[in-house]
Amino acid sequence: MSKIEVKDLYLIFGSKHKQALELVKKGVSKDKVLEKTKCTVAVKNANFSIEQGEIFVVMGLSGSGKSSLIRCFNRLNEPTSGSILVNGEDVLKMNDEQLRRLRRTELSMVFQHFGLLPHRTVLANTAFGLEIQGISEAESYEKAREMIKTVGLDGYEDMMTGELSGGMQQRVGLARALTTNPEVLLMDEAFSALDPLIRTNMQDELIELQRKLKKTIVFITHDLDEALKLGDRIAILKDGEIVQIGTPEEILVNPADDYVRAFVENVDRSMIVTASSLMFKNTGKLILEKDGPSLALRRMREMGVNRLPVVDRENVFLGFVRDNDVVELKKKDDRDLNKILIKDVMPKVAPDTPAADLLPLFIDKQLPLPVVDDDGKLLGVAVHSSVIAEVTGRDREEIIEIKNSGGL
Amino acid sequence: MEKLDIGKYIESAIDSITQHAGPVLDGIALVIEGIVDGLQNALLSAPSWLIMILMALIAYYVQAGGVKPALTKKGFKKAFGLAIFTVIGLFLLLWMDYWEETMQTLALVLASAFLALLTGIPLGIWAARNSKADQVIRPVLDFMQTMPAFVYLIPAILFFSVGNVPGVVATVVFSLPPAVRLTSLGIRGVPEEVVEAAQSFGSTKRQLLFKVQIPLAMPTILAGVNQVIMLALSMVVIASMVGAAGLGERVYSGILQAKVGLGFEAGLGIVILAIILDRVTQALGGLGKK
Repeated sequence: MSKIEVKDLYLIFGSKHKQALELVKKGVSKDKVLEKTKCTVAVKNANFSIEQGEIFVVMGLSGSGKSSLIRCFNRLNEPTSGSILVNGEDVLKMNDEQLRRLRRTELSMVFQHFGLLPHRTVLANTAFGLEIQGISEAESYEKAREMIKTVGLDGYEDMMTGELSGGMQQRVGLARALTTNPEVLLMDEAFSALDPLIRTNMQDELIELQRKLKKTIVFITHDLDEALKLGDRIAILKDGEIVQIGTPEEILVNPADDYVRAFVENVDRSMIVTASSLMFKNTGKLILEKDGPSLALRRMREMGVNRLPVVDRENVFLGFVRDNDVVELKKKDDRDLNKILIKDVMPKVAPDTPAADLLPLFIDKQLPLPVVDDDGKLLGVAVHSSVIAEVTGRDREEIIEIKNSGGL
Repeated sequence: MEKLDIGKYIESAIDSITQHAGPVLDGIALVIEGIVDGLQNALLSAPSWLIMILMALIAYYVQAGGVKPALTKKGFKKAFGLAIFTVIGLFLLLWMDYWEETMQTLALVLASAFLALLTGIPLGIWAARNSKADQVIRPVLDFMQTMPAFVYLIPAILFFSVGNVPGVVATVVFSLPPAVRLTSLGIRGVPEEVVEAAQSFGSTKRQLLFKVQIPLAMPTILAGVNQVIMLALSMVVIASMVGAAGLGERVYSGILQAKVGLGFEAGLGIVILAIILDRVTQALGGLGKK
C-alpha cells in the first residue's frame, strides 16, 4: 500500500466551485471556467501515489498550483472533489477531530517563509507542535532540544527566532516539524527563500537527515536543479495538471512534452555558461617589451598568484611566466622575460566556449586558460577551479579545498 | 409630502427601552456605579503621597520595560524622567487644591476605559475572525465615531438620569471604536503563513487565538488601549455636562460662569493627567513586544 494516494483530485477556488467543477470535468478550459464562473482551477484531476520513505518532489512554475496542491494534504485548502488517502484513510472524509489528530501526529509542514512565532524562543517554537497536543513542558522541551541538536542548532535554544539568519530559521522550521515525529513531511518551497549557498547546504543536510530518519517527504519547488537533486521521483505540474511523473533520470531523458523539455534543456548549465562569464578580467598582466622580473614579482604578490599572463604592447597574448622562474631570472640579473615564457602549453580559447568544453583543455592544471578575442588579444583567464565549480555545481571554495588535499 | 421624522422614531425607540428594559438598565447602572465608586473611594481614601509614588513607580516600570531590564543610559533617563514628571505634575494639582477632582476624573477614565476594552477587544476578535460580523460592526463603528459626542449624552440621561453613570456610558460608547478596530486590525495582520503553520500542527481555534494571534497582535491591541484611554479622557470632560464629577465639572462651571482662571486651572489638570496616561499607555506597546 502506498503511503499517500491521491485520486481524481480537484481544487477550485471561488464561491461557485461546484458549477466550475462540472465545467472542468466536461473539458472546458481553465480560462473559460474563470470567465464563466469567476472560479480559479488550482488543481485539475491529480492522480498519483507516494511511497513510504521516498522524497517526492512536485515541481512547477509559480502559479502552477503546487502550493495549493500540497495544502490539500492537510486540508489547509479544502479540495473540491476527489480523495487523498494517507495510510489508506481518506483525509477529505475526516471530521475536525480526526483531522486535528492527522495534523498533530501524521503530517508536519515546513513553510517557505518559515512561519515561526516571533515572540517565542527557538526552543519554544520547536516545541509548539507538542505543546498544542497538551504534552507537558518538560517532556516537549526535552524532545525539542533533541531535535534542535539534530538540525545542528544546539546553543541557540534561547534565542528569539528573529535574531537568526534565514537558513537557521528554516532549521527551526524543520526541527519544529520533526519534533512531533510525523511520518510525512510536507515541505512547501522550504528552501526557496534562502541564499543559494545556504540552500545547497540545506539540501545536502535534508538528504543526510532523510537517510537517518526515513520519513516520507513531499517537497514542493520551482527549481528543477533542486528537484533533480532531492527527488526520488518528480511530478511536474503545469497549470494545475500533472504533466509527468518519473525519476529524475526518466524526466531528463524522456521529457513527456515540450513544457517539460523546455525545463530540462536548462539543466546542463555547463553547456550554457561560457568562458567569458567564467574568466577573471583583472588578472594583472605583464608587457614583454617593458616589464622585468622585479615588477613581475611585485605584481604577483599584489594579486596573490604564482603566475601571470604576458602580452605584447598590442595586448596580444604571448604566454605565462611562473614565480619560480622569475626568481631564478632575477638572481641571474637578467631582465628578459622572454627566456622564461611558457608558450603553447595552454591552448587559447574564445570567449564563447562552453564551460564543459573548457575542462579537457587544462593540460597544466596550475596554469589558467587564456581567453582571447579573434585578434589574439587577451580578455581574461579562466581558472581550473572555477571551471570545475561551474561544471559540477559545487562551490569554488570547496573545489580548492579538494584540490589542495590532492583529490583532483 | 410629510417630512421624514427620524427623530420621532428614535424617541419612541428610546421610550420603549426605558419603559420595558428598566430592570436591565438599573442593573447596568448598579454595576457601573459600583466600579466608579469603588475606584474613586480607593483613590481618594489613600493618602495623596502614596498615590503619587505608586503612579510614579508604574510609570517607571512600564517605560523601563520591566523590573530589572537591561537599560541603556537613554532608556533609564526616559523612564526616570517620566516618573519625575508624574510626581511633579500630581504635586502641582495637589497644591492647586484639585486633588479630589483629579482622582475623580482618573477613576472615571479608568472605569470607562476598562468597560470599553472589556467589550471592544472581544468584539474586535470576533470581527477579525468572522467577515460577516466585520461587515456589520464596521459601519456601526463608523457611525459611532462620526456622531457628535454630545449626542450620546441625551439617551444616557434618559436611561440613567444624571451623575457619573450616564457619563461613563457615553464615554464607553465614544471610546469603544479604536479598541475594536485596532484589535481586529492586529489579528488580521498576523502573517497568513504563521496562522497556517499553527493550523498545520493541529491547533484548535482557541489555541490559534491565544498562542498565536493575540500574542502577535499585542502591540497593535495595546496601541488601541492607548487610544481608548485618551478618548475616554477627552469625553469625561464633555460628560460633566450630565453631572459626571471631576475636573470636567470645574471646566464646565468655568464656562458657565465665564471664569477664565477656573477653566484654565482645571484644563491644566486634564493636560497633566493626559500626558501621564498617554506616556504610560504608549510604553505598554513596548512591553508587549518583549
